[in-house]
Amino acid sequence: MSPAFLFRSSRAGCGLGYSWLRNALVAATRVALLLALMLLLTPPGWTREAVPVAEDPEIEKRMLALSEDLRCLVCQNESLAGSRADFANDLRREIREQMKAEKSDQEIVDFLVARYGEFVLYRPPMKPTTLFLWFGPFLFLFGGAIVLVVYLRSRRKQIEEPALSEQQRKQAEALLEESKGNNA
Amino acid sequence: MMRFLLPLVVFVVLVGFLLVGLNLNPRQVPSPLIGKPAPEFQLQQLHESEKTLTSKDNLGKVWLLNVWASWCVACRDEHPLLVELANSGIVPVYGLNYKDERDDALQWLKQFGDPYAVTIVDPEGRTGINYGVYGVPETYVIDKNGVIRYKQIGPVTVEALETKILPLVKELQG
Repeated sequence: MSPAFLFRSSRAGCGLGYSWLRNALVAATRVALLLALMLLLTPPGWTREAVPVAEDPEIEKRMLALSEDLRCLVCQNESLAGSRADFANDLRREIREQMKAEKSDQEIVDFLVARYGEFVLYRPPMKPTTLFLWFGPFLFLFGGAIVLVVYLRSRRKQIEEPALSEQQRKQAEALLEESKGNNA
Repeated sequence: MMRFLLPLVVFVVLVGFLLVGLNLNPRQVPSPLIGKPAPEFQLQQLHESEKTLTSKDNLGKVWLLNVWASWCVACRDEHPLLVELANSGIVPVYGLNYKDERDDALQWLKQFGDPYAVTIVDPEGRTGINYGVYGVPETYVIDKNGVIRYKQIGPVTVEALETKILPLVKELQG
């Protein structure tokens, strides 16, 4: 809520001599109402946001960041971080534990790939079998551009009016002369 | 002529890709563990909790590891097949009771029959993670050297049993 809301009416009524008092009253009423509303809506001090299961927020943050890039194999279009499947829960627990054991992110990813294959990775590694995956779209873009250029060039040829041959030009001139003579 | 042929070729290729895509099952993620040694475990047995089974106990024989749970509905579909397979004596089936309650699991086996040479329990799914389990039921074929040779994701079907699992088991036993 911006302060402008509270004082908008005073600005709108600034042309009248006595309106500042009324406006001040209106503003005060609004402030009071707002405070009452805030008191009503604010939860008491003893309710808090849900505490994450893991006790260590650092590890929880790291685990979530890592599992954003990993696929849940049960709900295959969800990441491990976002999935509510029991399987994802187990793997998150596994990742958490390995992080507590001071494993690096790469070691954990290698651990999962060794068991579930590269399908768990949302960012596939670059290697001979995935080259087409990585560069295929550019190949299609490039191919499309070539097709477009070739097509546009051939069309320009069709549209371009053929220049008149010498004979045709003379013919046209003769016709023009003729019509000039007729008009005169 | 070219004017019509080119779009037609592009269209046919596209349809070809889509047709193949339609017949692929995205849930069948090939396991990177095939051809690798089965992850080691030492787990409590379901029936006699004071006993354990380790992955090394089965070295020297071909065996199946079937991951199941009493809460798993698809496990009921494949279960009669496993019972039949166990009765045939072709290959021993070991059960990995995955994220289950002991009482529920025992009750379930009583109700549907127990095909397992031994059932071990993985209540927190940790061994499951090591084996890359993500969709129960799953079944692994493990050879005499303790190497995973095949993984069936989802219930074992008659087709999978006849065309893949049994021929492979015979070859490995050979």
